[in-house]
Amino acid sequence: MASKNINLKLKVWRQENAKSKGQFENYDLKNISTDSSFLEMIDVLNEQLVGENKEPVAFDHDCREGICGMCSLFINGQAHGPDSLITTCQLHMRKFKDGETITIEPWRVGSFPVIKDLMVDRTAYEKIMQAGGFVSVNTGGIPDANAIPIPKPNADEAMDAAACIGCGACVATCKNSSAMLFVSAKVSQLALLPQGRVEASIRAKNMVAKMDELGFGNCSNTGACEMECPKGITLAHIARLNREFLCANVKD
Amino acid sequence: MNVFLKSSIGKKLLMSLSGLFLITFLLVHLVANLFLLGGDDAYNVATHFMDTNPVIQIMQPILAVGFLVHIIYGIIIELQNRKATPVKYKLVNQKESSKWVSRNMIWLGLFVFAFLVLHIANFFVKMKFGEMAEVNVDGVTMHDSYALVAELFECKIFSIVYIIGFIALGLHLHHAFWSAFQTIGLSNDVWRVRLSVLGDIFAVVITAGFTIIPLKIMFFG
Ligand code: HEM
Ligand code: SF4
Ligand code: FES
Repeated sequence: MASKNINLKLKVWRQENAKSKGQFENYDLKNISTDSSFLEMIDVLNEQLVGENKEPVAFDHDCREGICGMCSLFINGQAHGPDSLITTCQLHMRKFKDGETITIEPWRVGSFPVIKDLMVDRTAYEKIMQAGGFVSVNTGGIPDANAIPIPKPNADEAMDAAACIGCGACVATCKNSSAMLFVSAKVSQLALLPQGRVEASIRAKNMVAKMDELGFGNCSNTGACEMECPKGITLAHIARLNREFLCANVKD
Repeated sequence: MNVFLKSSIGKKLLMSLSGLFLITFLLVHLVANLFLLGGDDAYNVATHFMDTNPVIQIMQPILAVGFLVHIIYGIIIELQNRKATPVKYKLVNQKESSKWVSRNMIWLGLFVFAFLVLHIANFFVKMKFGEMAEVNVDGVTMHDSYALVAELFECKIFSIVYIIGFIALGLHLHHAFWSAFQTIGLSNDVWRVRLSVLGDIFAVVITAGFTIIPLKIMFFG
C-alpha cells in the first residue's frame, strides 16, 4: 500500500493526577504518515506540544513490538484500537482516514486508577500474580529433556495461554471490569504442565480470591475480552479456570 | 463453604445451577401446556394431573426458591459489576466485541420477572385459590382450566404482552444456555459452538412452544 500523509483531529483525555477530574482536549495534527504507528503519531503530537510550551501527553509504552504489555489506550471505543490481535504499539495509521477524529481514553477500570493522562496503574495485576502465578520449586540441575513426557496438545495450549502479556485490554473492554481472561491465562499456562499442576488448586483459589478482593467484577461470559485480547487468549481458558476453582473447593 | 459462595465464581455457580434448574422447569411446563392443543379435555386432565401430583407439589416451593436465588444473585452480581467500573468511557464501541443480549441479561431477566408476576396473578393464583368452574371428564370432577386460559387469551392485548414476555425469555436463553455450562467449566473452544447451537434451538423451542398457545386461541379460538 502506497504511503501517504493524513490530517487528524485528536480528542485526548488529559488528567493531571489520580485525584483531579480530567477532561478531553482537542488537537489538530497535520501530515501524519500512514506508515507510522499509533504511538509514533502520539510522539509527533508530543513534539508539537513541547514546541508550543505545553505539557506532553503521558502514555505507557516500552517495547513497541507487541511483547511487553505496557501500551494500552482505548481508541475510538475499542481497546488497542480498531484492529484485532494487535497491541496499540502495533496499530498503524493506515487504519485511519484523512480528516478523521480519533478519541483516545485511558483504560476505565475501578481497579486500574489513572496515574496521569492516559497512564493507568496496573499494580493490581502484579498483586494477583503474587498471590499464586508461580511455581514454588527448587530449581536444581536441569532434568533430562525427555524425562517428563508432555502431550503435544497440552504443551500447545499452555504455550497459547503463556502468550498473555498482561496488558489489561480484557478488563478494560469488559463491561464488568472482570479480570477472568487474564487470571485464566495465568492459571492455564501452569496447570497444563507437570511442574505447575502440583499447585494448580491452591493457585486457582488464591488468584481468584485476590482478584475478587481487588474489586474486579464478576464474569458474565459476554466474550468481549476474547475479541479484544491482542494475544488471542480464548474463553476456553476461563472455563478451565472455573473447573479448577470449583474442583479445588469441592475437595475441601 | 461460605467463602466459596461469596467468591465471584461461587456466585456465578449459583446463577448457573439455579438457571439450569429453571430451564428444566420450563421444559416440564411446556409439555403440560402443549396439551392445550389437544383440546379442552386433554388440557384439563393434564392440569388436574399437575395439581394432584405429589412430585409437582413438592417441587413448587423449591422452584420458588430457585427463582429467588437466581434473581437475588443476578441483582447482586449486576450491582457489584457496576461498582467495578465507576468511570464509563465517553466513546465505547461495544457491539464490535460482544452481543447486545449478553450485555443486557439483567434487563431481559427483570422483564421476564415482571411478566412472571403478571403470569402468576393471572393463572397460578386463580387455579390454586380462585373460584373456578368445574367440569367432569371421564367421571372425574376437576377445574375447567381450559376455560380460564381461553378466556384470557381471547383478549388480544393480553396475548401480545404474553408473546413479548416469551420473546424476552428466548433472548435470555440465547445467551444463558451456553453461559451456564461455561460457568461450571463444561465448555471449551469446540463445545462452545455446539452448546450455543443447542441453546439457540432450545430458546426457539421454548419461545415458539409457549407462544403457539395464545396464537392458536387468538386465530382459531
Ligand atoms: C425461567 C426463567 C429463567 C431462566 C430459565 C434463566 C436462566 C438463566 C441461565 C441458565 C443463566 C446463565 C447463568 C450463567 O451465566 O452461569 C442466566 C443468567 C442470568 N439471569 Fe436468568 N433465567 C431466568 C429468569 C431470570 C430472571 C427472572 C432474572 C431477574 C433478575 C434473571 C437474571 C439473570 C441475569 C442477570 C443473568 C446473568 C448473570 C451473569 O452472567 O452474571 N433471569 N439465566
Ligand atoms: S488476556 Fe489478553 S487482553 Fe488480557 S491481559 Fe492477557 S494479553 Fe492482555
Ligand atoms: S509497547 Fe510493548 S506491547 Fe506495546
